Amino acid sequence: MAYQHTIGRRVYKFGDLKTLLAKASPYRSGDVLAGLSAESYEERVAAQMALADLPLKRFLEEAIIPYESDEITRLIIDNHNIIAFNLIDTLTVGEFRDWLLSDDTTAGVLQNVSTGITPEMAAAVSKLMRNQDLVAVSNKIEVVTRFRDTIGLKGRFSTRLQPNHPTDDPRGIAASMIDGLLLGSGDAVIGINPATDSLAEVGNLLIMMDALRQQFDIPTQTCVLSHITTTVELIRNGIPVDLCFQSIGGTEKSNASFGINLALLDEAYDATLSLKRGSIGQNVMYFETGQGSELSANANHGVDQQTCEARCYAVARKYQPLLVNTVAGFIGPEYLYDGKQITRAALEDHFCGKLLGLPMGADICYTNHAEADQDDMDNLLVLLGVAGCNFIMGIPGSDDIMLNYQSTSFHDAIYLRKVLGLRPAPEFEQWLSRQGITDEKGNLNSRRNAELLNKMKSLWTK
Amino acid sequence: MDEIKALDEIFFAQLKEFTAARIGLGRTGSSIPVKESLIFNLAHAHARDAVYSELNTGKLAESLLEFDLPIVHLHSKAAYRVQYLQRPDLGRQLDDVSKDILESHLHHSDIVIVIADGLSATAVNNNAIGLLKILVPQLQTAGLTIAPICLVKQGRVAIADDIGAALRARLAIILIGERPGLSAADSMGAYLTYNPRPGLTDEARNCISNIRPHGLSAKQAAKKIFYLVQESFKRKLSGVALKDNAGALND
Repeated sequence: MAYQHTIGRRVYKFGDLKTLLAKASPYRSGDVLAGLSAESYEERVAAQMALADLPLKRFLEEAIIPYESDEITRLIIDNHNIIAFNLIDTLTVGEFRDWLLSDDTTAGVLQNVSTGITPEMAAAVSKLMRNQDLVAVSNKIEVVTRFRDTIGLKGRFSTRLQPNHPTDDPRGIAASMIDGLLLGSGDAVIGINPATDSLAEVGNLLIMMDALRQQFDIPTQTCVLSHITTTVELIRNGIPVDLCFQSIGGTEKSNASFGINLALLDEAYDATLSLKRGSIGQNVMYFETGQGSELSANANHGVDQQTCEARCYAVARKYQPLLVNTVAGFIGPEYLYDGKQITRAALEDHFCGKLLGLPMGADICYTNHAEADQDDMDNLLVLLGVAGCNFIMGIPGSDDIMLNYQSTSFHDAIYLRKVLGLRPAPEFEQWLSRQGITDEKGNLNSRRNAELLNKMKSLWTK
Repeated sequence: MDEIKALDEIFFAQLKEFTAARIGLGRTGSSIPVKESLIFNLAHAHARDAVYSELNTGKLAESLLEFDLPIVHLHSKAAYRVQYLQRPDLGRQLDDVSKDILESHLHHSDIVIVIADGLSATAVNNNAIGLLKILVPQLQTAGLTIAPICLVKQGRVAIADDIGAALRARLAIILIGERPGLSAADSMGAYLTYNPRPGLTDEARNCISNIRPHGLSAKQAAKKIFYLVQESFKRKLSGVALKDNAGALND
């Protein structure tokens, strides 16, 4: 079906729904690279106006990637909850935007409608929203998940401790872990990006982290972010796997480029769940996503990168994950050119994920060839903190020496908790206090607990 | 307080032996103290300067004279750096003037050597000549003919496919600046492609990374490249299939 909007004497025509969505997208380099971006400022607003008048029902009638040729489309259509959708089925996309922002649409209402919203509806409405709107709606939504601690509660803010090392040296990784724990990091997960996907090395890292977690009785979970097939193999070998990680895409073809499909994810989910390692909950999956990965795999089907990204969340929500995060600034300037585009993308991803019911976090990050720096990340950090982001990364001094990019430091999380009055996950907060890392007010102690340091020191002298 | 700091320093000194990560930075309030903050800024500044550095074609050409090979100056379709950063597709193709230049140099050869700025011209400005001084004589002694050396501005790795095909070379080697990190802004990569032609992807290439004084030395890199060149000609391929023999490099 074709869509159109008239401005003055000029009629703007959009051949199909995916073209309309692409032209309505706020400017970003990846859509230009894909040849999908609006040709002028006016065309973009014309597309947004046409989109605002579009009934939400239209998204159930026109698939942007054919049902027959893409299993993610089938997942979206087959799992759509028509009863939840009844709450919004008379609205246009524009009315949906106003409805989301309305005071009557509370956290509870948003939770009830979540499974009635498709990724394309979420992407569409986000294109009619300013950064402020994305923050305002996200801030209303609470998505809570549990494994050994409780993540995502209102007023709480967690971190993934990311102790990467270029050669996976277990002592080097442990050194970064200790540094992070002493700075209050790691309540979302302690998660390593491995330099290799070797079964033996990944297994050793998992055993080392699990031993350290048990020795210090830390209420958190550990993860090595290897391919799901590696994780499944490790589970079969009896290695202590808390969480199963996978990078996911929003189209069947992009997932094929990651070497996965829904059947493999089902298998990995069941295998991880069967271990029953969570003490207070069984959210066992951890997913990473990021705008542009579909285009970079030549698997975007002419769909703009933000809509592709939202489709990832249909995959993620099938598995009730503990953690999902976008890695907005990692992919490079050909997809998100500068701090402005990275900021916008991260806020969109966080909003769409939360709206679809996911425990969204964000890797607030940039590469050295992007037009961005620490100031841009500082801004985004505050925005996501206000938006109620579940977690961010914690990396020594912001500098990931394995992946060669900059993300948030341990210090960044301390700062955000302080200025916004946010606290770690409750179980982890108590642990920090028991270890003397924080004082009775939850602030980091200026004095070190000598006993704890000695215990940690013994890890190296053994 | 000083006692606590001293305790910290001894503790972290031990941990720092095992990682180059920025651990044990200390804190003032919730922030990183000024000294470490500025050290970080300097590393980022080096990386940013490297991204916007320019290929020193004059000095490179002068240094290349000793090989007694023709030198050609080429440019990709990316007209300037900001465009280069946003349009990788343009950085992979030669502009029309460059295509004409190559036509006048057409004669069959075994190897074409390409030097391109990539994401750090600093890396090739500093490291390309040192490597070629070892590698070119080795190739010549082995009886291989070398095409004109191509200096390319605003080039990406795959531009060597266009160049190799235009010059009808059997194999292309491109020396190119890698994406600068905070720990190194001058890291050069070498990519080797057998039977170069437009449309190839990364799995058709072999890559030798991190060539710089504090990484892989010019001597080590030249040895690896020369080995790969010989194997590539022997097996008439490059890329993933050639990597299987990488164990032979570990001596």
